[in-house]
Amino acid sequence: MNYLIQQAAILGGEAQDVLIVDGKIAQIGSIEASGDVQVVDAKNLVLLPGLVDTHTHLREPGREDAETVETGSQAAAKGGYTAVHAMANSTPVADTAGVVEQVYELGRKAGWVDVRPVGAVTVGLAGKQLSEIGAMADSRAQVKMFSDDGICVWDPLLMRRALEYVKAFDGVIAQHAQEPRLTEGAQMNEGEVSSILGMPGWPAVAEESIIARDVLLAEHVGARLHVCHVSTAGSVEIIRWAKARGINVTAEVTPHHLLLTDELVRTFDPVYKVNPPLRREADVQALRAGVADGTIDVIGTDHAPHPSESKDCEWGAAAMGMTGLETALSIVQHTLVDTGLLDWADVARITSEVPAQIGRVADQGRPIAVGEPANLALVDPAARWTVDPSAMATKGRNSPFAGMQLPGAVRATFFHGHPTVLDGQLATPRAAHA
Amino acid sequence: MKHLLSTADLTREEAISILDIAEEMRESGTRAIKKLPALRGRTVVNLFFEDSTRTRISFEAAAKRLSADVINFSAKGSSVSKGESLKDTAQTLLAIGADAVVIRHPDSGAPARLAATDWIGLPIVNAGDGTHEHPTQALLDAFTLRRQVALRDGTSPAGQGLDGLKVAIVGDILHSRVARSNLWLLNTLGAEVTMVAPPTLLPVGAHSWPCTISYDLDAVIASGVDALMMLRVQGERMNAAYFPNPREYSRYWGLDDARLGQLDSSGAETLIMHPGPMNRGLEISSAAADSPRSTVLDQVTNGVAVRMASLYMLLSGDLI
Amino acid sequence: MNENSVPDVSRTVLTGDDIDRVLTRVAFEIIEANKGTDDLVLLGIPSRGFPLAQRLAQRIAASAPGDLDPAALVGQLDITMYRDDLRHSTTRTPSPTRLPAGGIDGKVVVLVDDVLYSGRTIRAALDALADWGRPRIVRLAVLVDRGHRELPIRADHVGKNLPTAKSEKVRVHLAEIDGTNEVMIEGVA
Repeated sequence: MNYLIQQAAILGGEAQDVLIVDGKIAQIGSIEASGDVQVVDAKNLVLLPGLVDTHTHLREPGREDAETVETGSQAAAKGGYTAVHAMANSTPVADTAGVVEQVYELGRKAGWVDVRPVGAVTVGLAGKQLSEIGAMADSRAQVKMFSDDGICVWDPLLMRRALEYVKAFDGVIAQHAQEPRLTEGAQMNEGEVSSILGMPGWPAVAEESIIARDVLLAEHVGARLHVCHVSTAGSVEIIRWAKARGINVTAEVTPHHLLLTDELVRTFDPVYKVNPPLRREADVQALRAGVADGTIDVIGTDHAPHPSESKDCEWGAAAMGMTGLETALSIVQHTLVDTGLLDWADVARITSEVPAQIGRVADQGRPIAVGEPANLALVDPAARWTVDPSAMATKGRNSPFAGMQLPGAVRATFFHGHPTVLDGQLATPRAAHA
Repeated sequence: MKHLLSTADLTREEAISILDIAEEMRESGTRAIKKLPALRGRTVVNLFFEDSTRTRISFEAAAKRLSADVINFSAKGSSVSKGESLKDTAQTLLAIGADAVVIRHPDSGAPARLAATDWIGLPIVNAGDGTHEHPTQALLDAFTLRRQVALRDGTSPAGQGLDGLKVAIVGDILHSRVARSNLWLLNTLGAEVTMVAPPTLLPVGAHSWPCTISYDLDAVIASGVDALMMLRVQGERMNAAYFPNPREYSRYWGLDDARLGQLDSSGAETLIMHPGPMNRGLEISSAAADSPRSTVLDQVTNGVAVRMASLYMLLSGDLI
Repeated sequence: MNENSVPDVSRTVLTGDDIDRVLTRVAFEIIEANKGTDDLVLLGIPSRGFPLAQRLAQRIAASAPGDLDPAALVGQLDITMYRDDLRHSTTRTPSPTRLPAGGIDGKVVVLVDDVLYSGRTIRAALDALADWGRPRIVRLAVLVDRGHRELPIRADHVGKNLPTAKSEKVRVHLAEIDGTNEVMIEGVA
C-alpha cells in the first residue's frame, strides 16, 4: 500500500504533499492522488521524522507485568516514535548477545517500532566486570549504545576501561550519573522541600561530580560519552564547559525534567518519584536553556512503566519511574516550542536526527527527502488533549501528567512506510521483515 | 478537623483549641473516675509499623480514657512482615470496623498517603512518620511549656499561645520529626525558635526555615532561653560520620553537668525538655534529666491529655 | 441566616425584674422542698446555668439562719463529654467542672440550667454526676421550661413555663455573661 500525505508542513515549514511508495519517500511537492494510494489529509499538521528515543525501559524479559516489548512499542508508536533504545536492566540483564538478540527479535516480530537493544556495560549491572560488548555489537541486534542505566558505573577505573574499549566497536557509553555513596537511601532532590518533608535527599553534586569525572575521562582516552537524563543546572554547565573544550559528549534530558519540580513531592504521591529526582524550578529553566543552546542534544523519555502496586503505596516503598512515550512530544511542544525556545526543525533535530546519530541507527532520523526511508510522524500542534493513563497503550499507569491538558497530538506515525498510527489511534504493526 | 497529620496544617486558633481541650482532659485524669464517655462505642486502631511502646501506650491510654475500644496492630507480629501492603492492612482494619487510625510508620508521608487516597475514609492521627512529623509530640511539648510558664507567672494557661517565648531545640535536627513538628507549632503559637546542632546534623534546607541556626550551645544558653528541648541522638550515627564519636558530641552539644551548672548559677528559669527516650550521658546528663528544671515526666502525663484532645477533636462532629 | 424570608421577630417574655422575682420564688421552693438548707448543693450547667446557680445561692444563703456562705453551696458541672450528639455537631471545648468543697456524696444536688427543652442536656448531666459521686437526691431547677421533651425528664422547680414552637429560639441573657438580663423568644410562631 502506498500513501499520499497531503499538505503537511514539513518541519513546520511549507505545506507540501509527500508520496510514500514501498516504504520510501518517493516524491515531495504538489502531487495528484492516482493509482492504489491511501490519502492522508495532513492540512495544518506538522510532518516530522519519526522520533527516536535514546532511553526507554521495555521491561521484557523479566517484568512483563509492567510492560512487554509489544506494549512498549505500541506506546512508542502512539507517541510518534519509530525507534527506541531499550535499556539493559531487564531480568536477565542484557549483557550477552543472547539477551539482546531476544529483545531485538521481540521488537521485530511486534512490528511497531525499531527496537534497538542497549547492552549493559558490566555483567549483571554489578559494576565489576565488563560485559561482552564486542559480541553484542556484532550480534543481530547490532548494539551501539551501552549503559548500566538504573545504576551508575561508579568505579572510575572501570568507566575508563569501558570508554576505551567501546571505541573498537564505534559504540558509546551512556552513563547514569549518580554517585552511590552520596545518594544512599535517597528519596527525592536534596533541598528546601526535602528538609521540610524529612526525606533523605539526592544532592545535585551526586550527579554533577560523576559527569565532571566522566567528561574528563572521555577527553583523556578520546572516547564518546553520552550522559543520560541530565537533571541539574550544574550538570548543564559542566557539559557546556566540556563541549567548549571539544570533548565528544552528548547529553539527554527527559520531558518531565523540563516541566516538573520537587514541589510536587509535597503531595507524597509516588507518581512523582523518579531517578534522577525532580529538581528545582531553577534547574528546569537551566535545562530548557540548555536544550535551546545545544548543550543538551536530545530528548530521552526514560519511559519507566511500573505495575500499580509499586506506586499505590507509601513513598518509601514505591518504585522510581514515570511513563513518557505517549506524552513526550506534547511536553516538548509545551515547554520548548510554545515558549518560543525551539521551532519544529529543532524538535526534529533533538527528537530524531541526533538520537539516531548517537545510537548509530542508519535508517532513522533521516532528512525528509526523496529516497529516504519513510519513518515519519504527523502532529497536530493545535490539538489539546487531557492525559488519561487508563487510555494509554503502555501498561504503566504511572504518568505524572495524568489529568493535565497538553498541546499537540500525534495523528499518524509511519514506520518504514507502514502506518502504525492513523487518525490518532493505533493502526496495525508492520509485517516482520528479515 | 478531619486528620491530624502535621502541625504545619494547624492554625493558631486550632492549636490553642487543642491545648485548651487538653487542659480539661488533663484535669479529668486527676479525678477518682478518670473515664469520660465521649468516645464510647468507637474503635481506635493503633497501627504501628515502627516499634514504640511509649507512644503506643500513650495513645491507648488516651483512647481508653475516652471510653473508646482500642485495637493494637504492630507490624512485627503481623502479615506486614510477610509483605502485605499499607493499603491492604489499612483496608482490613476498615473492614473490621475501626473508627479512627493512629499510625506510626518509618516512611515520611505514609499517613498523608492514607489520608489522601481512597483506601480508607477514616480520621487519621500521625503518631510519627519517618523523619517528617510527630504532631502530638509537638502539641504535648507546647502544652507542657504553656502550663509551666503559666505556673511560673501565676496566670491561667487557657486561651494562651506561646508568644514571645524563646525555645532552643538541640540535637539531631536532620533526622528528627519532633524538631520539624515543633518548629511549625512553636512559630504558629508565637514563640522564637533556635536550632542548635553540629552542621552535619542540620538539613541543607534549614537555612530557609523560620528559626535561627547556631552551632554553639553555650552561646544559646547564655543568651537566655525559656526552654531547651533536647533531642535524642543515636550514638550509631558516628558510623556515618555525623560526628567523630559520642564523647565529642556530648562535649559540644550535650546538656552536661557543666551546662546545667551554668543554668543554675545564672539563676535562669530555663526549662529542660526531652521527648524521650533519653540517652543519659549522651545528649543529656542524668543530673539534668532529673533536675527540678526537667519536664520530662510532665511531658509524658501531658501526652495522654493531648492525645485525648486530638482523638476527641477528630471524632466529634464527624457525621456533619 | 435566611436572607430571603420574613425577618425574625423577637419578643421579650421576661424582663430583668421578672427574672429576679422568679428566681426569688424558686429559691424559696428549693428551701421548702429540702426542708431547710442542710446538705444543699447547687450545680450550674455551663454556661448560663452557673450564674443562675450563683444567684439562687445568694438568695438561699440570705434567708438561712446563721452565716451561710453562698460560695460554699455552688458549683459548676460540665457535661460536654457526656452529650449524645458529639458526632453531630462541631467540636465543643469543655469547661471545667468545679464542685463545692464538701463534694456531692450524700448531698441534695439541685442541677440548675437556663432552659429545659429536649431534656438531653439533663440526661448528660445525670451521667456526669454519676462519675463524680453519689448524691442522696438530685433535683432540677430551670429558669424556663419551653416544652418539647424528647426524654422522660421533668423539672422540680420552674421559673416560667413558656409554650414555644420548635421553629422558635429561646434566648436567655444574663448580665454576668451577656451584659443584660432578659429572656426573649425569636422566630416565627
